[in-house]
Amino acid sequence: MNLVDSNQAQNNLMVSEAASERTLYPYVTGTSVIGIKYKDGILMAADMGGSYGSTLRYKSVERLKSIGKHSLLGASGEISDFQEILRNLDELILYDNMWDDGNSMGPKEVHNYLTRMMYNRRNKFNPLWNSLVLGGVKNGQKYLGTVNMIGVHFEDDHVATGFGNHLARPILRDEWHANLSFEDGVKLLEKCMRVLLYRDRSAINKLQIAKITEEGVTISQPYALKTFWNFAAFQNPTVGAEGSW
Amino acid sequence: MFRNQYDTDVTTWSPQGRLFQVEYAMEAVKQGSAAIGLRSKSHVVLASVNKAQSELSSHQKKIFKVDDHIGVAIAGLTADGRVLSRYMRSECINYTYTYDSPLPVGRLVVQLADKAQVCTQRSWKRPYGVGLLVAGLDESGAHLYYNCPSGNYFEYQAFAIGSRSQAAKTYLERRFESFVSSSREDLLKDALFALRETLQGEKLKSSICTVSVVGVAEAFHILDNETVQSLIDAFEIVGEEVHPATEEGDASEPAADQGALAPADEGAAPMDI
Amino acid sequence: MNSQQIYYIFDLCKSPNLSLSLSFITMAKQHARWSPYDNNGGTCVAIAGADYCVIAADTRMSTGYSILSRDYSKICKLADKCMMASSGFQADVRALQKVLAARHLIYQHQHNKQMSCPAMGQLLSNTLYYKRFFPYYAFNVLGGLDNEGKGCVFTYDAVGSYERVGYSSQGSGSTLIMPFLDNQLKSPSPLLLPAQDAVTPLSESEAVDLVKTCFASATERDIYTGDRLEIVILNADGVRREEMELRKD
Repeated sequence: MNLVDSNQAQNNLMVSEAASERTLYPYVTGTSVIGIKYKDGILMAADMGGSYGSTLRYKSVERLKSIGKHSLLGASGEISDFQEILRNLDELILYDNMWDDGNSMGPKEVHNYLTRMMYNRRNKFNPLWNSLVLGGVKNGQKYLGTVNMIGVHFEDDHVATGFGNHLARPILRDEWHANLSFEDGVKLLEKCMRVLLYRDRSAINKLQIAKITEEGVTISQPYALKTFWNFAAFQNPTVGAEGSW
Repeated sequence: MFRNQYDTDVTTWSPQGRLFQVEYAMEAVKQGSAAIGLRSKSHVVLASVNKAQSELSSHQKKIFKVDDHIGVAIAGLTADGRVLSRYMRSECINYTYTYDSPLPVGRLVVQLADKAQVCTQRSWKRPYGVGLLVAGLDESGAHLYYNCPSGNYFEYQAFAIGSRSQAAKTYLERRFESFVSSSREDLLKDALFALRETLQGEKLKSSICTVSVVGVAEAFHILDNETVQSLIDAFEIVGEEVHPATEEGDASEPAADQGALAPADEGAAPMDI
Repeated sequence: MNSQQIYYIFDLCKSPNLSLSLSFITMAKQHARWSPYDNNGGTCVAIAGADYCVIAADTRMSTGYSILSRDYSKICKLADKCMMASSGFQADVRALQKVLAARHLIYQHQHNKQMSCPAMGQLLSNTLYYKRFFPYYAFNVLGGLDNEGKGCVFTYDAVGSYERVGYSSQGSGSTLIMPFLDNQLKSPSPLLLPAQDAVTPLSESEAVDLVKTCFASATERDIYTGDRLEIVILNADGVRREEMELRKD
């Protein structure tokens, strides 16, 4: 295998990609989603920004949605793909309800379905460009999982996508515990969202927090966090870091 | 020969609004050896009579495990039964692959019924000649369904199909009201008693019956011969030597009224006549 | 399609020529090319003894320099006497596990028994080879008991070539662990005639201790191994599990 051969193959590749339609890169994207388990269920947080590259294109994108009675979905990544996923899930839940037989999809079923959907699309080289967080409660069982655009998935007590994995999860690993009350859970999520707001360039100060318990889903109205930009490090970031910038 | 001019083709209606081929397929179910099912809140028991085709042969398998939470007992053409249980198994596997949870019993039964229904509306097809008792457990509880060749399905507390099943049905009808709260052991006992009714005096032995259970915290499984024999011994089910003959083809059974079938001729399928 | 898929594999193998040519082409595009593969790391070890088998893996799942989960089990029970430990690309590993689970259900329906470990070994090989031109990026060891109750270990590459051995390691820490096992277990040469039994001479508890040592060591140097060690022991009595905490940094 030499360089000429591989270039040849690469050119063929480009032709085949031009001829068909598939996502090679995202257009409008949402940034991190964070989800945690707490005493009575699951809490999730996401801001409402939709970025067109580095442009803040949309400022009121709802990225937390309820799926049926028992599940809550949060998405980062390509917004249009997320909306297609929602259409798919709507149909799934509709057909599930149409049986009207006392059986219903729980978060585990929805998460596994999403996992197969994301993985099947990656197998077709036509990914849904998202990282998804799925949480829910059914029959007293809390469920929190995530799946990304190539089908990697897992369950955990707390999950975060994108920058959240770098900036929020260390905080969650420090401060999370299974007995968090609703108020403490929200405080913890706000702390994480604030750190993301300070350090993630595409995060915006307009967010929603959603809760799912045995009783159902509640998604908060959009609101802003109190910020404090007078930290010394924000004032003059190069102090104490000579040689950078 | 032909009973009338409307029974050569599945898709042709008789002037009375009947599909004779479909009804003949239901007759095939009655020719098969008996299968019974009954359920409580938490368990379902399926049992069947094993009848060998000849002295020299073994009997055919009449109860199939579909998944950990579903099993079927069949009466009629065993070959068709095997095809359908294979279909049910693959549906269960596919559902588990997609949703990582067991397929709800009622949904499988509808899919199965739809599959049977298609055969009643296509000129190049033949209805399945088999009745299935589907036992299963899901989040809405324990279920027992009966699927027949017409594409109809019914949910039951207890039911029996196959030859001389009327006797078992009579037994079950007398007792079904208490089944909901029955224990697993009581259910097994009633299953064996009901099964004995179909034997017409023959002694009930583990060698001529198959018994299976599915329930809460108990995956569907067929009981082994020793277990069944010990149950029979424990309940002291001794076959009465002279049993009042309960002939099948009672007036209560549909489609039997017009077809002047010779009830004694068990070997012949209705379409042969 | 096929050539494209093969390239990703080569790229993951860090073939210097190919990654050079790829980066040359992507220069103009300004976008990182999407890859259908990821490496989620992890290390697996299995040791077969005369009447037992030990299968072990860490529970860390990573992507790049990030840890995704500290508690993701890589060990999957495929049959009563057969366990698979897998590292590599988690989505492929999971798909593989699901395919094997479905195939095993079909086998049970048809044969009324559990698959033996050697049979599962062949099935795993066939399943991997079936996707030879868009491989499962999964590195597996299969451990269990054969029909005689003797420990058996099968070790695989991503496209299905496999071998029955006395012990093996796969995954990100295998380069650290494998030579250590070679040194400690001194298995008889496969060239010996008549063939010598490959099972290790260790007792069950010695094997479990050896596995713990292996992982404690690998965790020191391999960033993709750590958090927690899960050990499954199969013997005539059934299945037993042990665990051990590993470094979390």
